[in-house]
Amino acid sequence: MEYINLLYIFSTVLLIIGLRKLSSPSSAAKGNIIAAVGMGLATVVAMFEPIEGDQGNYVLILLSLLIGTVVGLVFSKKVAMTAVPELVSLFNGFGGACAVAISIIEVMKFDEAVSMGARATTYLAMFIGGVAFTGSLIAYGKLSGKVKDWKSGISSYFNLIWLALCLGLMIYEVMFMGQVTYLPMLILVVSLIYGFTFVLPIGGADMPVVISLLNAFTGIAAALAGIVYGNMVMLLGGILVGSSGTILTVLMCNAMNRSLINVIIGGFGGSSASSAAGPQGDVKEATANDTAIMMRYASNVMIIPGYGMAVAQAQKACKELDKSLTERGVNVNYAIHPVAGRMPGHMNVLLAEADVPYNKLIDLDDANAMLSDTDVCLVVGANDVVNPSALDDPGSPIYGMPVLEILKSKNVIVLKRSMNKGYSGIENPLFFHERTKMLFGDAKATIETLNSEVKSMD
Amino acid sequence: MLEILDYLKDNVLTINLWIITIYLGFEIISKVPTVLHTPLMSGSNAISGIVIIGAIILVRQSSPEDYLSLVIGSVGIVLATINVVGGHAVTNRMLEMFKKK
Repeated sequence: MEYINLLYIFSTVLLIIGLRKLSSPSSAAKGNIIAAVGMGLATVVAMFEPIEGDQGNYVLILLSLLIGTVVGLVFSKKVAMTAVPELVSLFNGFGGACAVAISIIEVMKFDEAVSMGARATTYLAMFIGGVAFTGSLIAYGKLSGKVKDWKSGISSYFNLIWLALCLGLMIYEVMFMGQVTYLPMLILVVSLIYGFTFVLPIGGADMPVVISLLNAFTGIAAALAGIVYGNMVMLLGGILVGSSGTILTVLMCNAMNRSLINVIIGGFGGSSASSAAGPQGDVKEATANDTAIMMRYASNVMIIPGYGMAVAQAQKACKELDKSLTERGVNVNYAIHPVAGRMPGHMNVLLAEADVPYNKLIDLDDANAMLSDTDVCLVVGANDVVNPSALDDPGSPIYGMPVLEILKSKNVIVLKRSMNKGYSGIENPLFFHERTKMLFGDAKATIETLNSEVKSMD
Repeated sequence: MLEILDYLKDNVLTINLWIITIYLGFEIISKVPTVLHTPLMSGSNAISGIVIIGAIILVRQSSPEDYLSLVIGSVGIVLATINVVGGHAVTNRMLEMFKKK
């Protein structure tokens, strides 16, 4: 038994080192592997740990492990890099579902002897795991465009009622166990429903924050399950994910200058009362030829990528255009807003995939400093991270959020498919600004056209 | 209420460990650059699949005739394995792209 515990401690240490290395750029890949080894070791030890009432069932366990491994590998190899946010959300939901599964069985095993603390812990694991499960499924649906935002003025009150109902039922069941036979089932159902209603009204621009929060929830559910089983690796690994996930969530909220509570119960939406008329004016259209000439003879060009680049898979085309311009003496950089896309750092991942060098990716603050020397800003499918309402319209839902101040530059070209509002549903006055020109069409095709225009000028 | 207090009193060492680990989690992440937010989230998401240990222990303890526990437990193992293996694999794919430079 002592050796088993030593091995468990060893895998905990591997998880801690892995997570630490994951948070610095040079060692991240190694950190991921170390954490994976820690997980593998913990799984093997769990198979051999001497436990009371061991019935074997090893064939079933190995079969389940095999199925899960094959499915996990296939999913992760096949997914397009643009679809990673929704896949991570789906995986997270599966972890939450596992916490729910084991709590259901544990709740069914409860008898008179089980302590109140143990009951409270198990129900909490079921509740938090359940919220992480259905919440992640909704997040997955929203990110992949299968589920639309649903919101009404009363949705946040509605949510509070579900939450209060759920907590009330749990407290009742913990205090007076077994008084109502179907109560555990009811708690489970209400938890799952709450996960749905919790994520459903949250607007698109807040999705990265929500996924990170749900990830922290799954960690907490795992930690609670660890208390139920008296297993240190589950407990510590779960807490580690829970606390680091919470901090990551807060960091992201800070990047958007919003509070977590605001994200959860507020949510961006198209229904903001003020500036109801919306920005109006003429939209000026640019041609690919004008834009190409403008960029060809510029000294500094800044590309601002957003989710539109991701859906159009335009990152390689961007890199090609960048290459052509650089060869002709134009200085090209990319301004990266921390929450551009559907996941924090989403743009960094996509541009890295297209081999864009690190030092060309400029952070928000540095980019804002460079923009006054920029001749052309090329906005590739980004809406909210360049919305000037955040700076000057106190009535806007995103007022106060740090954005890329691209109007400091001399010319702004926006690549967009149509005049539709962005994912968050907020109107963007930038598109009507006198210094802005719109270039409509699919981002990838448009950028490829720009590139051939630039090349044909020699 | 008293029972909960007793539970806390009987587990002082464990609670100590919780607090230290919570602090550790905060410290590890507090200075992470934006570039790594996505891989970090995906990697820590894979770690939350550690809940798999619970599912394995559950199935090991279930009687071979207790089909409900066996089925739910196995489904739990499959789902958690997808979370662990898929999570680490997709994180690795992302980080590979960074490494090429």
